[in-house]
This record gives sequence, C-alpha cells and structure tokens, in this order.
Amino acid sequence: MAPPNAKRSGFSRRAQYSIFTGYVLAGIGALIGGVLLIVSLRDPHFFSGPRMDAMDAVAPVGKAGAVVRTESKGLLGTVQGYLSAGSRNARLREEVELARIRLAEADAVRNENQRLKALLKLTEEEIKPVAIARLIGGTSSSTRRFAFLSAGKKDGVAPGMPVRSARGLVGRVLEVGDSSARVLLLTDSESMVPVRRAKDNVIAFAEGRADGSLRLRLVNLGINPIREGDIFVTSGAGGLYRPGIAVAMATRLNKDGAIARLLSDPAATDFVVVDPIWKSVAVQAVTAPPGTPLP
Amino acid sequence: MNDPLRPPMRQANYRGQINRAHSPVLAGGTPWATIMLGSLAPVLPVIPAVPVLPPLGFLLLLGWRLVRPGLLPLWAGVPLGLFDDLFSGQPFGSAILLWSLALIAVELVEARFPWRGFLHDWQAAAALIILYIVASAVFSGGKLSVAPLVLGPQILLSILSYPIVAQMIALFDRMRLARIRKIG
Repeated sequence: MAPPNAKRSGFSRRAQYSIFTGYVLAGIGALIGGVLLIVSLRDPHFFSGPRMDAMDAVAPVGKAGAVVRTESKGLLGTVQGYLSAGSRNARLREEVELARIRLAEADAVRNENQRLKALLKLTEEEIKPVAIARLIGGTSSSTRRFAFLSAGKKDGVAPGMPVRSARGLVGRVLEVGDSSARVLLLTDSESMVPVRRAKDNVIAFAEGRADGSLRLRLVNLGINPIREGDIFVTSGAGGLYRPGIAVAMATRLNKDGAIARLLSDPAATDFVVVDPIWKSVAVQAVTAPPGTPLP
Repeated sequence: MNDPLRPPMRQANYRGQINRAHSPVLAGGTPWATIMLGSLAPVLPVIPAVPVLPPLGFLLLLGWRLVRPGLLPLWAGVPLGLFDDLFSGQPFGSAILLWSLALIAVELVEARFPWRGFLHDWQAAAALIILYIVASAVFSGGKLSVAPLVLGPQILLSILSYPIVAQMIALFDRMRLARIRKIG
C-alpha cells in the first residue's frame, strides 16, 4: 500500500520538521534500548523487578492456560490411543512383564540398601518440597530458554531452588516475583548441572544447548566410558541439587562426552515441585566473599 | 438501488448510520493492543525445548507497519519493545533497540519504494525477520554454538507466517473501524 499523503512533506516546513522529529525520537529510542541492553547483558538481574511485576500481573491468565494445556493434551492422547491401540497393546504387555522383573530387582536393592544403611546408622533425610506449582509458559521464540512458574515469594520460592517434575529435573529458579517465578531450564545455554551416571560414578557436567538437548562433558578425560542409552542423574556436587534426580539420557557420543536427551521435557510437564536448595550452607560458602562468617 | 459503483455491502459497512460511530479508542488502540497481545505469547501454555515459534509481537508490529502505514508513529518501537522485553526472555533493551531500528528501516524502504505490492512487502518483512532473529540470538546473552541449527526453522516459520499475520491485520483493521452504538 502506498503511504498516505501526510508522509510527503513537500515544501511545508512544519511537515518536514514533524517527520524529522519522528526520526530523532526513534533514533533516541534505539540508543536508549542499546544502553539498556548493554546494562542488562552486564548484569542480567538488573531489570528483574519490573519484569517479575509484569509476570505477576499476567500469571493468572497463564495459569488458566496451563490447565487447558494439560486437559487438551489428555484429549489428544485419548484420540491417539484409539488409533494405535492394537499394536501398542502387545508392546505394552511385553513392557509390563519386563518392568515387573525390574521392579522386583529394585525392591531387592532397596531392601539391601536399607539394611546396609541401618548397619551404618545413617538416617534417611526427608526432603520436603517448598512448593508444588504449574509451569505456566515459556519463552517460545527467544534463544534463551526460560519458563514461568505459578509460585513465587509468597510460597517461599527463592532463587537457586531446583525445580523438578515426576520425570526428573526441569531447571532452577532464577528470579522470583510475588506469585510467579522465572525458571532457567536445563536446555538454556547458560545452564550447567553436575551429573553422574546412574549405575556408577562417571562424573560429568550437563550443559544446555539451545536446541533442546544437553551436552555431557566428562570431568575425567580419557577413554569415553559413556554408552548410548546411559541415564545420568544429579551428583549433588555444588550443593544446589540433591543427588539422584534424573536428568538426561545419552543419545549420541562425541569426543569428550555425549549429547543427551532431556528426560523431563518441560513441554510435557504438568505439575512441578520446587525443592529447597540441598546444602544451602555450602552454596553460601561458595558465593559469599572470603572472610564472612557462616551460620 | 443496484448501483455498480456502490455495492450494497459497502454501503452497509462504511456509510454512516444513525446512532452508530467509530470509537476513537478502538480506532487508535487496536494496533497497540494487538501487538502487545502478540508480545504476551510467552504466557501461552507452550514450553518448547527449542525456540520454534515465530516472534509474534515483532511480526504483528511489522504487519501493522507494512499493511497499514501511517497508523504507528516512528517511535512506536520504544514503548512496544519495552513491553515485549518484559516477557520475551531476552535481555532488557534488546527489543527496544531492534524494534526501533526495524521501524526506521521500514521507513527508509517506504521512502525508496513508495508503491509496493504484497510480494514486495513480504520481501521487506522477510529481510527484517532474518535480521531480527539473528540479532536477537546475538544479543541473547547465551552461547551461540548451536544457534545456526536452531534458528533456521524459526526463521523459515516466521517468514512463512507473515502472509497469515498480514491477513489477520487486515481483519483487525476492519474491526478497528467498526461502527458501534453511540449514546447521545
């Protein structure tokens, strides 16, 4: 469409000035944006206040949307189930047989574990979740991977707390508003989680790649012991995440580790649990300036 | 009655009627409101592991600017970008900067090519979308090791969804000038 006539200033001084002012204002706006961008790249939490206030304001809408997502997913699942019922039935029956066997093995291991722990006089530490909430949305078009949580300061959520679903670790809380929080997902390129292989003690770092997978970097370099299909769980190093939460499954090997698939896809989660920071004293000790007394 | 120059449908929609008038709020506020709604897309209950969805706020901004020039002032990128930054997950200021630059760029395109067809608009929008998505990734503050693989599908989807967005804006534009009941 051709621009309206008001755009063509012609010889009118007034029209020329108003167009010029428009350019100046837009230019100043771009400059302000550039300065704000530099400030927030230097200190990512500088603008967290207004951001979390805005999120608090729209969180109720998101919460309603999350309910719809969960229910519509159920509906779609039902329809899909009808379409592929026959072949799946046979496969599931086989899987159940196998799972029963594994369950029995796991029971045996648990019993043995309890017995050994009793021998060592170790007490089982019960971890109470801080909050149970929904993931109400996520940054779906930015390369940074954040999700928004429907619980905030009011529910006792604090930055650094791990967020997990029934399938495994989802991420950790980054910024907190009154009734909502921003979660750094595991797949964000700034996220780094210390993990170990579930069956033994091969230690690695799970680093987010913005394409939805994780990169496992081995701590001890040498012959790569990882096999495809290995499950990795949190190792507890660093004190943020308690050990033993499932994180990822290795899918493709590379020189210094593997590319792994996330076990708890945030898109498929319904409710998530916010856990307290596992060893908060240790985290304080790492983050505090040297010489400060610790509780 | 059946005058070929004034089809009856047109008369009903566009001629003034008794007790019906344009609403100034609707006429002026629709572009702003729809773009802000587009910026609220992260509140949608979609949490993809990969950034695949097109940047809806930016697409709507481009759409309004290209489909219906003269409605948004040149400085509109500042307030609208600020709102987008609150939700997009990008570092604060990135949309203020990029949206302002995009509007200036469209202004320059318009000065160079005053008469454009839809394909020409689409071309301009595609160029701006590619630049915007790549620049957002650069300014996102994350590492860029796998970015090229991730951005491809998103750029493609955004460019392909521009015609749909443009149609949507044409619809909103008709709604914008709807005549509603006037009291008094």
